[in-house]
Amino acid sequence: MNEEINNGNALPQTTVNPNVVKMKTFWKKFIRNKPAVIGGALILFFILTALIGPHLVPHSPNVQNLANKLNGPSAEHWFGTDQYGRDIFSRIINGMGITLYVGFFSVTIGLIVGVTLGIISGYYGGKLDAIIMRIMDVLLAFPGILLALAIVSVLGGSLQNVIISVGIFSIPVFARIVRGSTLAVRKLEYIDAVKALGANDFRIIFKHILPNVTSPIIVQATLSIATSILTASGLSFIGMGAQPPMPEWGAMLSDGRNYMYDAGHVAAIPGLAIVVVVLAFNIFGDGLRDALDPKMKN
Amino acid sequence: MLTFIVRRLLQTIPVIIGVTILTFSLMHLIPGDPAQIMAGESASPEQIELMRERLGLNDPLPIQYFDYLKGIIQGDLGNSIRSGREVSGEIALRLGNTVELAFYSTVLSVFIGLIAGVISAVRRYTFIDTFVMIIALFGLSMPAFWLGLMLIRYVAINSDLFAASGWGTWSQMVLPIITLGTAGAAIIARMTRSSMLEVIDQDYIRTARAKGVKEQVVVYRHALKNALIPVVTVVGLQFGSLLGGAVITESVFAINGIGRLIVDSIRSRDFPIVQGGILVLSVLFVVVNIIVDIAYRYLNKRIDLN
Repeated sequence: MNEEINNGNALPQTTVNPNVVKMKTFWKKFIRNKPAVIGGALILFFILTALIGPHLVPHSPNVQNLANKLNGPSAEHWFGTDQYGRDIFSRIINGMGITLYVGFFSVTIGLIVGVTLGIISGYYGGKLDAIIMRIMDVLLAFPGILLALAIVSVLGGSLQNVIISVGIFSIPVFARIVRGSTLAVRKLEYIDAVKALGANDFRIIFKHILPNVTSPIIVQATLSIATSILTASGLSFIGMGAQPPMPEWGAMLSDGRNYMYDAGHVAAIPGLAIVVVVLAFNIFGDGLRDALDPKMKN
Repeated sequence: MLTFIVRRLLQTIPVIIGVTILTFSLMHLIPGDPAQIMAGESASPEQIELMRERLGLNDPLPIQYFDYLKGIIQGDLGNSIRSGREVSGEIALRLGNTVELAFYSTVLSVFIGLIAGVISAVRRYTFIDTFVMIIALFGLSMPAFWLGLMLIRYVAINSDLFAASGWGTWSQMVLPIITLGTAGAAIIARMTRSSMLEVIDQDYIRTARAKGVKEQVVVYRHALKNALIPVVTVVGLQFGSLLGGAVITESVFAINGIGRLIVDSIRSRDFPIVQGGILVLSVLFVVVNIIVDIAYRYLNKRIDLN
């Protein structure tokens, strides 16, 4: 944290754009962090798969072939077939987009609302801060998946509602992180200087506070995508999210669980897909933190 | 210390009130008329009106909320729509199972997490460290419901030692505990490692080593003791979030706990039970957090929590 504050302090004096310098050192550290590069490459690969894959897969994800059900992996069906004879490989590839979509959008909701609340809280302080943070405390008082579950129980089980509820679930983390960073930056002398020069709050927040809190936000967003994917697929698994026949991985798992005794792959493969994607985001997030967070500098 | 405890308890009041407002709203935010839902699909308009009167739905919202709060304080969480039984009774019946599950899972995750974390830190940057941290990363990335199903499919089915469902005997309890405890073990292992590494580089550890204190004593007596302080917070949070995580584990292993009760009740639109279950788990979580904060304060008297 201290490092970051010092960087902030140096901002007005440097002639080279400090963000470019920062970017360069970040890139250097990032590229040296092998797991992070692997994680990032995997995520890119997943995004490409989600975009192009559905056009390339050999079977339609929802076409049933009951004569061909619960078959193990083969040359024709790489991941085997499910209880309706649908090609699991094609369903997994089609589900990739859903998983990433849920992860990105729910975190976007949490990020936008959380960052806004965190900045307001940290920047203006006082009563507003107290109220916002108490509301965050209340949201955090619901253990684990329970808050998302409560919201989904009100909204009704659907993919869209899962995105909303998982998004709300991730608001407090962002709000807390950003509030902390904002408080640290706000106390710096140069913010007073900028204020004295006549900058309004809006300008100060966007030009001076926000750039200083980006690192923790990016790291948290990446890790939050991992958690959100897990939470969302969990909600779909207990039937509160995506509904069959949508090839959402959590729903596929819950759909196939009764058949797993005859054909283990029906339950194993969708879960493995979740593990691989979540793993990639976790590795990437860890790497970003090592590269961006000065606390971990070594 | 006492003033700290009192202050901490006072701070909790607004949070608990917030939680009750949220669970109270749950009933009013669901689409449709609560009286209609409570009275059942086939209820006549008179029955619905009667139900509305009985539930106090004609009163202004603040009055309704205070009635709700009064009920909670008296241990009255309403009645189940389906069975008509008291929600508090239904919850009391299952609370033990859920708390047991979360407790044993926490114990497991602390046990494994600490050992793995310490090993990793002591052997930092070796193959063992990398290996342990990769396993931890997997543990963190695994959906509990998948792990549970895989344990049922590939362990319980092939062995007489473990049962695939239920709760009570050890053979029934082992797999759910592993399922729920794995992610926690991973988190605690990572936390312990980084906390240990931070401590190990500090002057007093170097001094201890320079004095000729045995490496083992340095690691376990000097380093671990201080490294554990931040871990305590995580452990507490773990226990709490495992109460929530139990929702999924209980569904996988058909355990008769609050989590599964909530999920089943959402399905059958038995909202008083959903409301009560969520309230009880959240309040429990808040209480656990207070205890952890106090323990944290006690362990680390240097911290000024002002």
